Formats: sequence, structure tokens, C-alpha cells
Amino acid sequence: MQCMTNNDGHMIEMTGIHKSFGALEVLRGVSLTVAKGEVVAIIGPSGSGKSTLLRCLCRLEAIDRGSIAVAGETLAAEVPGGRSRYVADAEARRICRKMGMVFQHFNLFPHLTVLDNLLEAPLTVKGLARADILPEAEALLRKVGLWEKRATYPSRLSGGQKQRVAIARALAMKPDIMLFDEPTSALDPELTGEVLKAMRQLAEEHMTMVVVTHEMAFAREVAHWVIFMDEGEIVEEGAPEEVFARPRMERTKAFLGSML
Amino acid sequence: MDYILSLIGPMVEGTAVTLQMFFVTIVLSLPLGLGLAMARISRFAALSGAVGVYIWLMRGTPLMLQLLFVYYGLPFIPYAGVTLPEFPAAAVAFVLNYAAYFAEIFRAGIQSIERGQYEGAKVLGMTYPQTMRRIVLPQVIKRVLPPVSNETITLVKDTSLIYVLAMNDLLRVTRSIVQRDFDLTPFMVAAVFYLAMTFVLTWMFEKMEKRYAVYDE
Repeated sequence: MQCMTNNDGHMIEMTGIHKSFGALEVLRGVSLTVAKGEVVAIIGPSGSGKSTLLRCLCRLEAIDRGSIAVAGETLAAEVPGGRSRYVADAEARRICRKMGMVFQHFNLFPHLTVLDNLLEAPLTVKGLARADILPEAEALLRKVGLWEKRATYPSRLSGGQKQRVAIARALAMKPDIMLFDEPTSALDPELTGEVLKAMRQLAEEHMTMVVVTHEMAFAREVAHWVIFMDEGEIVEEGAPEEVFARPRMERTKAFLGSML
Repeated sequence: MDYILSLIGPMVEGTAVTLQMFFVTIVLSLPLGLGLAMARISRFAALSGAVGVYIWLMRGTPLMLQLLFVYYGLPFIPYAGVTLPEFPAAAVAFVLNYAAYFAEIFRAGIQSIERGQYEGAKVLGMTYPQTMRRIVLPQVIKRVLPPVSNETITLVKDTSLIYVLAMNDLLRVTRSIVQRDFDLTPFMVAAVFYLAMTFVLTWMFEKMEKRYAVYDE
């Protein structure tokens, strides 16, 4: 297994990623590099593989071929024979803790209050004392504007509030990178604004972010780099003003046209 | 009235036997059932399959047959055979039988938890045991309370089967009084005893369900 060393501040380095579900090849040699503080938006039609790429990054799916490095540390690499293997479980878990993930369907813990949703992982995974992490968790809730909901259970929240709790929950583990998998796709249109605002704020604080999204306005205004994926490949990528204003590929034009 | 009062003494003694069998079975079969459920959903096919066969045997044969087998049959098994006194023999049969039922209830409960819960826990860095203990099982308890309550109430009444090992539980004591006195009143009193026990259980489970009602899913 070849060892990656720290190279010029790349937070994420995915190279030649292949992934199939049975006979269906979902990712066909996708490479993605994200620099520190960079916001990358991945756009593309449903089934293009953009969510799968994100899920492979945080080990919710296993890649077949290719390699992944996070903050200079190898997470998965090709072994002789062409297949890829993730590093040992405990090591992989430690590396993946550098990334926080926000899901389309929130995946909050329904049996825990809003505050306890934030405290759960720092308590269980990092073994910290409740008193030590409480101020920080409360500050995060204030930041996403939900401090007054701290004792509420998730089922009582609106979709937008749930997603803001989910963002705060991920941030409570102090990740260096935040991954967003269609964070506003399950929300009523009038609720997307509050979630996008929280994400915008994160971007302004120079958080490294990878955002799979259908929010073209967000991608255009907030992202530093836009990737258009279709049928398991990166079709086109570039600065947002390039990709949105002057798309070079026919598929990109067709997709952007359909999103208007 | 005096006659009924005279029944109370022996029937309370019978109730003590019934309750002992009940508590031993509950205390041991719930954790055993949870362990079996975890094994049943394990990705090790041999383990999962073996537990599947076990559950089939335990649910597929009469509890009375299992009682008789443990008490009368076990001593004759070559090398591994043991002779157990009545109470331990009955307890073994009850625990093994009820654990199988609880295992299926827990399995269904665990499998009803959405995959997103596991994924949410995993991306926060939690291990599988941590996810089970902190995220999945607490939610399973809420979902399995009604079926567990059912089984528990059934157990109170199933304990009357131990009469086949000549143990003096509530129902056997009652029957012997009826046969002695040629009077059916003791049956009524026994019914009241059983109803009192199940009433307490129902009340306890209702309290637990209320406690878990603080959150919706």
C-alpha cells in the first residue's frame, strides 16, 4: 500500500474512484481534489453518482478502485490486483472524524433532545465530560439560531430547523471538512433559505466544504469550484462563473438549461 | 367469607412459587433474547443460522414438552446429561423458551430502525457497539414495549404449566383445594390472584410507555 504524505494543503484527494452496485457502475474513475478552505459544489442530474462520491469519502460506501487521502493521510488505496482497500477500521474512523457529514434526511437521533444530539458524539466518541463540552454545544446552537430549542425533541422541529441542528451536530465534533449531501432537497422551498444561510456562514469562516446540491444559486455564489457530474463521470469543472456562464460541454448546457 | 380467607394462606404460598418462576424467567430471558437477536442479525451466516434453528425449535415445540424434556430427558443424554431438581429444570425450560420469543421481538425492533440512524452515528465516528448501545437499542425499547408486555403477561399464566413437574404453583394448589373441598370458589380466587398480577404488570408497562412517549419518531 503506497503511503500518501502531506502535500500542499490538500484536504481531500480522491483519485480514480470506481464504484459499482452490482452490474451498475455508479462512479467511473472520478477524481476530486479539495484545498483547505475551499468550497466545492457538485451538481448534476439524479443518479449521476455525486452522492455516492460523497458517501465513499466518509465510508458509507466502499470504493472498488482508486485512492482517497484526507488531510494528507491515506484512507483508502489500491492494493496489488487493482482493488482498493480502506485502512484498518480504527485508523479509518480516526481519519474520518476530520469530516462532518450532513444528510438530505437529517438523520437526527429522535430519542435525544436537540442539545443531546450535539453532545452524543463528543461524549461517546471522544470520551469528553458533559460539563466540558456544554458551553461549546450551546454556542453552536446559538450560532444556528436554535438555542431556545435545546430541550426539544427533533420531531417537534421544522425541516429547516432539523437541518440546522444536523449541521451543529456535525460541527460539535470539530471537523476540518464539512460534507453536505443535498442538504436542502428534502425541505419545503421556503425553508431552504435558513439552511443555506448557515452554510454560507460556514463558508465565510473558511470551512473546507464539499456540497452536493441542486441549489444552483448557492453553488454559483458560494462555491469556489463547481463540478458537473453525469453518468458517473466528471463532465466539466471550473470556477462557477465559467461553468454557469460559459459551459463548454453539451451535457452541462442541457443540464443547466433544465434547471432554469 | 371465612372459607375464602382460609384459602388465602396456601394460595399465597402457591403465588410465591409462580412469582419466583416468573421473575427468574424474565430476568434471564430478556438479556438472553437480546443476545440471540444480535446473533440472529449477525453477518456470520453460521451463527445467524444456528440461532435461527434454535428459535425454530423453541417456538415450534410445546413449552410443556420442553419442560418434560429438561426434567426427564436431560439425564439420559450421554456424557452431557445432568439431573436437575424441579425448579432449576423448569427455569431452564422457561428461560430458553421465552428467550426465543424475545429474540424475535428484539430482532424485529432492531431491524425497524432506519439505516439513516446507523449512518448518522457512523459519520460522527461511533463504532458499531456504541451505535447499538447509544442510538439503536434505546429506540428499540420504545418500539418493542407493547409486544414485550404481551409476552410478559403470557408468561405469568404459562408458569401454571410447571404443575407437570409436581410443583405447587398457584394453579396446582388451587386445584388440589378444589378436589379436596368439592367447591369451585378457589378457582374464582385464583382468577383474582392472576388478574392482580397481570394488573400490576399492565400498569408498569403503561408507565414505561408513557415515559418513552416524550419523543415521537
